[in-house]
Amino acid sequence: MANHDYETHEHDVIVIGAGGAGLRAAIEAAAQGVSVGLVCKSLLGKAHTVMAEGGIAAALGNVWPEDNWQVHFRDTMRGGKMLNNWRMAQLHAQEAPERVLELERWGALFDRTKDGRILQRDFGGHRYARLAHVGDRTGLEMIRTLQYHGIHQGIDVYMECTITRLLRDGERVCGAIGYWRETGRVVVFKAKAVVLATGGIGKAWKVTSNSWEYTGDGHSLALWAGADLIDMEFVQFHPTGMVWPPSVRGILVTEGVRGDGGTLKNSEGKRFMFNYIPDFFKGETADNEEEADRWYADKKNNRRTPDLLPRDEVARAINAEVKAGRGSPHGGVFLDICTRRPADYIKKRLPSMYHQFKELAGVDITQEPMEVGPTCHYVMGGVRVEADTTQSTVRGLFAAGEVAGGMHGSNRLGGNSLSDLLVFGRRAGLHAALYAKDFGGTLTVDSGQVEQASRAMLAPFERTGGENPYAIQSDLQETMQTLVGIIRNERELQEALKRLERLKERARKVHVDGHRQYNPGWHTALDLESLLTVAECSAIAALERKESRGGHTRDDHPYTDDTWGKVNVVLRLRDGRIQVSREPLPEMPNDLKALFQERK
Amino acid sequence: MPAFTMQVFRGDARGGDFKDYRVEVEPGMVVLDVIHRIQATQAPDLAVRWNCKAGKCGSCSAEINGKPRLMCMTRMDLFTEGEPISVAPIRGFPSIRDLVTDVSYNYVKAKQVPPLRIKPPEPDGTYRMMQEDIDRVQEFHKCIECFLCQDVCHVIRDHEENKRAFAGPRFLIKLAGLDMHPLDTLDRSAFIKDSAGVGLCNITKCCTEVCPEHIHITDNAIIPLKERMADDFFDPVVWLLRKFRSTRKERA
Repeated sequence: MANHDYETHEHDVIVIGAGGAGLRAAIEAAAQGVSVGLVCKSLLGKAHTVMAEGGIAAALGNVWPEDNWQVHFRDTMRGGKMLNNWRMAQLHAQEAPERVLELERWGALFDRTKDGRILQRDFGGHRYARLAHVGDRTGLEMIRTLQYHGIHQGIDVYMECTITRLLRDGERVCGAIGYWRETGRVVVFKAKAVVLATGGIGKAWKVTSNSWEYTGDGHSLALWAGADLIDMEFVQFHPTGMVWPPSVRGILVTEGVRGDGGTLKNSEGKRFMFNYIPDFFKGETADNEEEADRWYADKKNNRRTPDLLPRDEVARAINAEVKAGRGSPHGGVFLDICTRRPADYIKKRLPSMYHQFKELAGVDITQEPMEVGPTCHYVMGGVRVEADTTQSTVRGLFAAGEVAGGMHGSNRLGGNSLSDLLVFGRRAGLHAALYAKDFGGTLTVDSGQVEQASRAMLAPFERTGGENPYAIQSDLQETMQTLVGIIRNERELQEALKRLERLKERARKVHVDGHRQYNPGWHTALDLESLLTVAECSAIAALERKESRGGHTRDDHPYTDDTWGKVNVVLRLRDGRIQVSREPLPEMPNDLKALFQERK
Repeated sequence: MPAFTMQVFRGDARGGDFKDYRVEVEPGMVVLDVIHRIQATQAPDLAVRWNCKAGKCGSCSAEINGKPRLMCMTRMDLFTEGEPISVAPIRGFPSIRDLVTDVSYNYVKAKQVPPLRIKPPEPDGTYRMMQEDIDRVQEFHKCIECFLCQDVCHVIRDHEENKRAFAGPRFLIKLAGLDMHPLDTLDRSAFIKDSAGVGLCNITKCCTEVCPEHIHITDNAIIPLKERMADDFFDPVVWLLRKFRSTRKERA
């Protein structure tokens, strides 16, 4: 019998991941009266959400009463170049305001308007100032609020526990297996429903804003368990990461800098974004500096500054400026707020940025421009889910937040991630709980699956002669950075897939020294499997999509192609191989289509 | 490239010692980068806890040359070439392995704090709060839970016996934040005095000094809490008034 040998915990619902989506899911599932386990890879409250800076997008209409869910929906779809799952984008725009107000009821303190309501700030791709925020540390406020609300809801929290496999009983998911970081012991979770809320895959690239945790665990767990992944070619390179000094390269610089008046300049001091306005956004983007500057205060009579085009556009523009030899000394461009806003305003609105540049780069952003360049930030692709319930194509398996695909199409707008976490985190928790309540049968944990997963975890200790996992991880990051970066082409993607095969071969022989107690070498070795899986998924999907759209740019197919705009690239694992197919997007109903015909 | 000698604690709850590692250091590197370089090249199993590497998650607390700091925000150019740099786990908590400690005390204390009890909303279903009324509480909400304040606090650093009835600076600012929250209706006085043990703090301000977020823990949170305790429990006039008048907040 399987589980006598292993510590086992049983719940109706287990949630894997304890950032914004996981916490919100756990809170909702607990509110439905089922037993909930929340598994975190790190300590509670340290998940990636804590790093989110700019704000939560929600059409509250506090600053611009003209704003409403339809406008937010339209912005989101256009930002994603219409590849979004329309129903997810609709639910997101409709429910985000209530989710923000709910956070306030749980104790969050957002910055205020003069009449005491939640203040909203400008961000890229959003027609109106829409982001509820707390200076530039919105994610911290959000995760603390959820954390301190969550710990009183009867949820069992399992900290510093990494899941390596989902367990299946026939066609259903029945739990998960992993290890405690502290002891290295194997632990089994038996559950009727599993919610994946594991975040993204950004650690597969060298220059990234993502932490060590972001190794695509949830994407891989779902794929291995038989679920579909979609849109894995779409990776967001945030236009503004730090570029100097080398050790901080990639650390995020919030879009709020531009939202609050900052502009991008090249080495000639020119505001180059005016040269990169695509036809798709011409109608709504200012084509001269005067109009762009007037827009901050008067949105009715002026068009938006091109500094706040969606992130994919800005990242490509920076990339092109640097390539053309107009970059900053350390290979980025300049982001200037010091000549445009007073020092007090900058310190009040962007305290973390002030602190971060002062401490890490020795730059005073109230006196000098920042040097910034693109950094891998977010994956739009993920587990294919049903929009209303967040259930994947495997029964009992749900996904919310960055690990889920579809919501953001080919490119995510800034601020739409935090709202996504709340809207779909809640929906995942709700529907996982309902599913668990409805489930009448019994689930059996198969000892064969447990034994196999357990053996795989311990294998790196038993091998001799293999490599150090850090070397393989570093080569993987180099491969993805150079061959599956912002600009791609067929030859390089083929080369990437070849190199990934060799890296997989090396990873199968990886060797780890020492014992199982809190051993980061071992943790890195185990994370390699998921990291290699998502890297391969991303490269395969990128090779398949022969056009350029959002977070996927091919210099051998430089244009957006309408026939590709009607399909998702879908990946699934069958007989040990990743199969790729093109499948039609869900058709948007006519009343929503009309929103795009009104103003072009 | 300058090279530094890093003296890193290796060991666990049973004991351990400092081990020397010679590391080449590039411009701009922070202590956490150097620890990662040791992991990648010399000691793959060197245990360290970290996440964001940008001073936002509060995971990489350590004692560097004896001083409690975040490894990710401590630049190597702070130190003179040639001088060894010691990196030890935060001493206020039990060791797990190398630089990783068992900080579960903080999670136990967190759960004991009586949560926000919110007042009814405005007729339109929302709340109004003025910025000037939340400025102070927003300062406390900057806390990244690095637990450096808990680590240096004299009340518990060398007095395990005090841990039962003392919440530590981190949770005193949490309590002050709830107390000053414009929408909260719960009176936590008895909890602050008896369970959180605010009276044990003797205002040496060590917590404030090490706070990487520069929160004025002592001046803005602990002293106001102490003053309120003095009013609530030891001022005869206030005591008498409370007998006859309903207090602002409901008792926990």
